[in-house]
Parts: sequence; C-alpha cells; structure tokens
Amino acid sequence: MTRSAKNTLINIGTWLLVLIFFFPVFWMFVNGFKPEAIASSVHPKVIFHPVMTGYHLAMDRGMPDYLRNSIIAATSATVITVVLGIPAAYALSIRKVRSVENSLSFFISTRFMPLAAVVLPLYMILKNLDLLDNIWMLAIVYGAVNLPVTVWMLRSFFLEVPLEIIEAARVDGAGLFREIVRIVLPLVLPGIAAAALITFIFSWNEYFLATLLTSSEARTTPPFLGSFVDGRGQFLAVLSAAATIAALPVIAAGWIAQKQLVRGLSMGAIK
Amino acid sequence: MTTTTAPRAVAPPSEGRKQAQRKNTWISRGLLSPAVIFLILLTQIPFVVTIGFSTIRWNLLYPLQRGFTGIDNYKAALSSGDLWPAIVATVLITAFAVVFSLLFGLLFAVLLDRNLPGRAIARTLMITPFLIMPAAASLIWKYSMFDTNIGMVNWALQLLHLPIVSWSTEHPMASVVIVLTWQFTPFMMLILLAGLQGQSREVLEAAQVDGAGAWRTFTWITLPHLRMYIEIGVLLGSVIIIQVFDPVAILTKGTGGTKTLAYLLYERAFIGLNIGEAAAYGVVTVVLTIIVATVALKTLFKVFMAGGER
Amino acid sequence: MLWKRQALTAGVGVLAFGMALSACSSGSSGSSGGGQVTLNLATVNNGQMKDMESLKSEYEKAHPNVKVNFQVMEEGDLRSAVTADVASKAGQYDIVTIGAYETPQWGANGWLVDLTPALSKDSAYDINDLLPPVRDVNTYNGKLFAVPFYGESSILMYNKEVMDKAGVTIPENPTWQEIADAAKKVNTKDMSGICMRGKPGWGDLFAPLTTVVQTFGGNWYDNSWNATVNTPEWKDAVTFYKTLLDTSGEKDPVSYSFNECLTALKEGKAAMWADASVAASMLEANDSPVKGKMGYAHMPVNKTKESGWLWSWNLAIPATTKHQAEATDFVKWATSKDYIKLVGTKIGWSNVPPGSRTSTYSIPEYKTAAAAYAPITLSVMSSVNPKQPGVNAQPYVGIQYVSIPEFQDVGNQCAQLVADYLANRSSVDDALGKCQDLAQKAGDAHKG
Repeated sequence: MTRSAKNTLINIGTWLLVLIFFFPVFWMFVNGFKPEAIASSVHPKVIFHPVMTGYHLAMDRGMPDYLRNSIIAATSATVITVVLGIPAAYALSIRKVRSVENSLSFFISTRFMPLAAVVLPLYMILKNLDLLDNIWMLAIVYGAVNLPVTVWMLRSFFLEVPLEIIEAARVDGAGLFREIVRIVLPLVLPGIAAAALITFIFSWNEYFLATLLTSSEARTTPPFLGSFVDGRGQFLAVLSAAATIAALPVIAAGWIAQKQLVRGLSMGAIK
Repeated sequence: MTTTTAPRAVAPPSEGRKQAQRKNTWISRGLLSPAVIFLILLTQIPFVVTIGFSTIRWNLLYPLQRGFTGIDNYKAALSSGDLWPAIVATVLITAFAVVFSLLFGLLFAVLLDRNLPGRAIARTLMITPFLIMPAAASLIWKYSMFDTNIGMVNWALQLLHLPIVSWSTEHPMASVVIVLTWQFTPFMMLILLAGLQGQSREVLEAAQVDGAGAWRTFTWITLPHLRMYIEIGVLLGSVIIIQVFDPVAILTKGTGGTKTLAYLLYERAFIGLNIGEAAAYGVVTVVLTIIVATVALKTLFKVFMAGGER
Repeated sequence: MLWKRQALTAGVGVLAFGMALSACSSGSSGSSGGGQVTLNLATVNNGQMKDMESLKSEYEKAHPNVKVNFQVMEEGDLRSAVTADVASKAGQYDIVTIGAYETPQWGANGWLVDLTPALSKDSAYDINDLLPPVRDVNTYNGKLFAVPFYGESSILMYNKEVMDKAGVTIPENPTWQEIADAAKKVNTKDMSGICMRGKPGWGDLFAPLTTVVQTFGGNWYDNSWNATVNTPEWKDAVTFYKTLLDTSGEKDPVSYSFNECLTALKEGKAAMWADASVAASMLEANDSPVKGKMGYAHMPVNKTKESGWLWSWNLAIPATTKHQAEATDFVKWATSKDYIKLVGTKIGWSNVPPGSRTSTYSIPEYKTAAAAYAPITLSVMSSVNPKQPGVNAQPYVGIQYVSIPEFQDVGNQCAQLVADYLANRSSVDDALGKCQDLAQKAGDAHKG
C-alpha cells in the first residue's frame, strides 16, 4: 500500500474515532431540539420536526441570570488563582529557597481534601457570617479549591524558563517586579492560559458547593441545570437544551484557548 | 554566581552572603504568603471546624440533643464497615479511570498530532466531553446511552445482533468508569499533545534517517520524552477524579461496589444528617488521603517533585 | 515555621468552631423596604410546580407589592438544601416544598408555622375539603403544618390491547399472584410483562416494595419500635419482588424508577406497571402513544384489602420567615379551589393537581378531561389507611415510609442492600440481616 493511501486510511480512521467519541455530545445537542416524547423514543429519531420548546423553557426559567452568575464566579475565581498563584509558583521555582519547599506539599494536601468533608462546616461558618447566597464568596471558595492545581501547573511552566534569561535580567539590574512581569510572564503566558482555563472550567461546572452555598441571588448554572430533573416526568429534551446553552461559553473559551493551551502545556518547546 | 543557593551550600557563609540569603528567603516567603494565607483561611479552618464537629453528637434533625462525645463518632465510623469498601471502590474506580483515559488520551494525542485535514475542528470536538457539566454528562449517558430502551449503546448492540447490556444492574463499576474515562480522555489528550509537540524535530528526523520504524521511534524516543507529561496527567487526573461523585450518584447510587469515599461522605452528611458522624468520616478520609498522597508523591513522582534543581 | 503556622490555624479554627456552633440566626435575603416583598419559594420540578410557576404572574398581578421567586431544585438537592436551611435557621426561604414524610417531624421540631388557624378561619378556603388521608399525614398533634398541593397513591396500570390479545383479564382488585401470572403470560423478549422500580432509594425502590411487604404481612417496625425486617414475611415479599423482576420484569432494574418505567410503557416495552397514580394522566396525555389503550386497577394485594401508598407534596412556611403574612396568603392561594379552576382554564383540565381536594373530583370539566383515571385515583386515595396500612399496628402514621428522621438513611441503605440482591450480588438473608441491624439502631432511638 502506498504511503499516501496508508495516510488517507489513518486519517479516515482518526475522524471515525473522533466522531464516535464526540457522539454523546452531538446527541445531546440534537435532543435539545426534540419534543420530550421523541427524545425518549426507542427508535432514535434523527429525522424529526425540530422544536424550540426546550430552549424556551430554559430561557423562561431565567437562564440568563444564572449564566451571569456563573460568569462572575468563574471569572473571579480564575483571577484569584492567577493573581495569587503566580507569585507563589514563582517562589517555588525560580526563587526557590529550601525552607519554603514544604509549602508545595501543603498545597498538594489541601487539594486532596474531599469537599464533602468540609462542606457542612463551611456552610455553618458562612451562615453565621451572613455570607450565604453571595456570589463573591462562592468565587473565593472556588479560588481556594483551584489554587493548588494552578500553583502546581504554573510552577512546572516557570521551571522551564531558561536560567540564562533570568540571570541576564538580574545582571541588567532588573528588580523583582520587572523580573516577573516584564521578563518571565511573557514567556509563560500560554502556560498561564492553560491553568486559567482549567480553573474556569471547574468553576463553571461545579455543582455541589453551588447548590449548597447559594439559594436565589447567587445561583449559578449547574444547580439551574439540576432543576430540570423531574421525578415524575420526562426531561431529557429540556435538560439537553439547557446543558447545550451552558456548555457554549466554555466551548468558546476552549476553542479560543485551544492553541494557547497546547502551546502552553508544551513549554518545553522553548528549548 | 546566582544568589539562589543550592540546597547544600558548603562554603562558609560570609556576612554579605548570609544577608543576601536572608533577603531572598524573605522575598520568597513574601511571594508565597498571600496564597498560603488564603488557603489556610478557606480550607484549613473549615477542616479544623470539621475536627471540632467530629467530637460532638449532633444530628441536624434533633437540634436539641447536642453534646460532647469525644471519640464516639470515630468509633462509629470505623466500626460501621463502610470505610474499607469505600476505600476499595475509590482506588479501583480512580485507577481504572485514570489508566483508561490516559491510554485513550495517548491514542488521540498521537492521532491528532499528525497532519489531519480539519485538525483544529477535530481537536475542539474532542475537548467537548471535558467541558460538559459532569452531572449533565452522567444524565445523558444514563438516558441517551446506557438505557435499555432508549439508549444508543444498546441500540447499536441490537443492530449488531448482540445482547442488550443492563449497565447499572450488571456492570455498575464499568458504567461509572466509562463515563469518567469519556470525560477525562480530553484532559489527558491535551497534556500529552503538548508533550508530543515539544519533541525535538531533529531527534525524530535523525531516527527516521537511521531507519527506525514508527513503532520503535514511538517506544524508544517519544514515550520517554512524554514521561513527565504522563506524570502530570496521572497526578492531576487522580486528584480530580478521586473527588468525583456525579456518575456514582446518577448511575448506581453506590451499589455494586461503587460507593466511593466522596459518595459515602455525601451520604453520611446529607442523608444521614448526623453531622458529628459525618465529620468523623471526613477527618478519617482526609488523614488517609494525605498519607497516601505523601507516600505516592515521594516515591512515584520523584521526578516531578524534584524537577527544579538549578 | 511550620508549627507556628499550625498553631495559628488551630487558634483561628477554634474561634471559627465556636462561631459555627452558635445558634445565632442570620437575616433572610427577602427585602421588605418600602412595602415590596419578595418571597423565596424552594420547590421541586414536577408538573404541578411548573404550572404554578407559570401562573404566579396571576398572583403577582393581584398583589402588586409581592413578588414570588421560585427556586426550583432537583428533589435530592431540595431536601439537602432546605433541611440544612430550616434546621440551622438560616432563613433563606419563605416557603418550602416538603413531602408528607417531613411534615410531622418538622412540625414537631417547631420549624414550621402552624397553618391551621389561618386556613380554618377562611370558610371559602374550606379546609375540610382537603382529602382526609392526605390531611392526616400532614397533621401533627392536631395541627396542620403544611398544605398539600399534590397528592398521589399507587395503582396498577396495564396495556388493555396487550392483555386482550393474550386473553388475560385484570380484575379491579387483583392479587399479586394474579398479576405475577398475567405478567408471565404476556412477557416477551421485546416487551416485559411488568415494569417495577428497582432504583436504590427510600422513595424509589422502597415506595412500592414497602407496600408489597405490608400486603404480605410484614412491616418495618412492630408497635414497640422493634425492627421486624428479618422476618419470613419480609423474605417472602422481597423474594417475590425479585422473582417477578427476573421472570417478567424490565432488564436493568437498578436504573429504573418512575420516569424509566413511564418511557417503557409509552414505548410499548412493558405491558404493566405498578406506580404513582399521576402516571395515568401522563399515559393518557395527547403525546402518549398508548393514550386510550390503558386500563387501571387497584394495587395488587395479598393479605390486606388495599396496598396503595400515600404521598403528597406540600407547601410549608419556615418559622424563620420575615414575611409570614404574605407567605401564608400565597400558600392559601396556591392550594385553593380557585387555583384549581385557574389551572383548568388557563392551562388545561388534565393538568389540574390531583389528590389534594375532594371537590376537584366533582368539577364537571375535570370529570370529562380526566374520565379515564380520575375515578380510580379518587377511589384509591380515599381507601388507603396511613395509620395502619399493614396487617399489624404500627407506632407511626405513614404507609411507604416510616415517619422518623432516621428513615431517610435507613431506607436508602436498605434499598442499596436489596438492589445488590436484585443484581444477584448478595443473598436475601444477607441483605435483610444487615437492614435489620440498621433499622433496629434507628428504632432504639424511639423506644420509650
């Protein structure tokens, strides 16, 4: 078999695998346009008369408000993790000093803590501080949950920055601030984008804390999606529609950051 | 000579040197403190409160009967026989999900590293499972994929004249692992794709010139290069998957050996409503995970942790 | 350095612990400046609530200073969030939707406003119109702590066409053996003879299973709060249930609850179904492929005369609310006779909330629209006895649940044990033995 024939075969095979893997998402997208009875039919209907009922129901229940809250929470959490994480990762890599090394283990251990273990105490504390149903508080909690991972990732990227560049900057008399902001950050920007995207995705899709720590004003999208689950009635179509809307912002972010992400995670290319 | 000291400085410290070292330490601490303080406030303090709760008798539905009980809650938690199966379930599900998503992630990373027509679109399609809300993904798999009447997996099996599979009843762990693998393959794929793109082109070309086939190049050059990326993927993936709870709650409700620690804790706290006992379970879980994590990090991930010797 | 940080953490932690334990209640988020009142209503996403949400503008038009904010949640989340809120007196909600299971317990704890005075005063409201069994399960010490807006019992539903073709007749009051035989007769590879819940949960699997246990002569507790789970009656009932599923039930029972069986019946994948009475209105809906083909009967029995369950979703007002008057007014509106007529005229007569008021079943338009299933629903709901559904006396009021706080947990864990038995992963003795221990521990807390 010729090289190009083999190539084409592999290309076709690859696309086949990708489409199979993507299928559940595609099916969810399609189901959002079906009436409930057809979404739950035995013979999968690919040809049907599309309706917008699911989308209407989602919007009528006030989806824009919940999307807005999710945007606030996810963006703020991302800002928090990046702003706190950059100096911390810096201290753990470029400016590493031994007595500060055990902080890395500290960061790691906090991420292992199962949320369910601290969620009720957190609820009680926030209740007494009157900070329940507060979107900024939720963002802060999300920031705390994601900070360890951000610090880890940023640390690996910082470690990839060649020592010579930093030394050259210091020899040139650059202060700490300049060293970080002017010299190092531009080099690791794709890495920061990668870490930021992961925090954003997590905060956008987080369900448990959002359900418990918010009630009306600060309600985010995941509990809103959960509100379509019905114990006495079919709900696949409306849930699919709402889930599709909810995924769009993240997919857009993923598409834009996709190039950055791969570049970011491959910081070794600097060598 | 840089001013960052090597871990074992042997030269006798001169006054200027010591001062520079001290200044450096303070700068590092200063950079680190905001993050550390933030984390202490938001994770350690609630944890200390949890420890406090574990020493009292407090059932949410009996608000008037609160009182100190010492280690009774721990006795109840450790003797209930729920912890060990939960540990086993957590280890099995996490291990399977991480390994399978790593393997599939590697496959897709290799396939999508090539010059595929429409590669960017393919990559974006591949990322989407990771972007869907986990609870929504589990619900969609439950109804649209696994259901015996309307699920696509069983519909496809029927087309091929194969018997229908009762996913939740007969293969609970497989169901959970499948959904987790599906959601985390994109995550692994991205990390490994980055690693693949970081390969030095010269080395690959040299191998080709030397007559090494695709498979040999892969196993002898690519895989070793990917080692750090695989470690990152496994570590990060494990940390996130170990906490995941939606597939268990939606597909199996903890039956069939799928009651992970995360689900057990949720059950004790929100259905048992016995805050004292749930707190005891929580503390035990945290202690266990810290022990395991520390051991794992010190042995398996030496490479990752040590990286950064300058 | 490390120990200093740990000491600091410990110190602040103790302080926080003290704060967390303190019983100070925080203010609710409802505003009341300038006469504008926002009521926060926490509820489930079922048909009746969806209708109520769409009709709330009618209420708001008539009461321009009141806005009602519906916080719809999935049932499990609702329970967690509302229980945490009401038990800790956080006061985030002015009106909550609770089930008949919660009402007597929360009423006893003093967490809910006693609605009897406000409702009995109003003769137009007609508090005696509430269906007596439904009113009973929501009463504690003679006080009504929550008002039902939806009530259900359980019935047997069967596909008449399938039954006729196989020459099987289902009587109005069948026995379980008759149903088992009928199911076996019509069971094919493509269509199961019967669909029964198997999903692990005190409200999923154990709703029908408890009623089967009761009609086989068993129950959760005897009159002195001794758990009676590892008894021959329980074993008979549970093995009967499993055998029924194995021979003529749906595949994958562990994933099946109400919705999955509904789909199966509608798609012709099951011939019979024993479940909530509201299912009938869905099977007779316009988009149902089996509309007009279904027959309905009382739940199958064995040693008792009836074995339907009793459930209601109710509106209750937490005692922490800052807007008790407005909340009470809304609750009255949402459960009044006028509201029922409003649903009928504005949305549709088949959407009228069933099982809450007797007068509903006399409305002519409703009688016509719901002719297929209204009579049997009324008949079944009027004949259940929540004080003694089983053969023997029981120390609590309730049919398919035990009205004690521990039952959520006990019922759930037992359901998981039985589900493992249904999946052939354990034996019935194993499952019931462990369940007995769990139930006994809970029962001990209520003795004396």
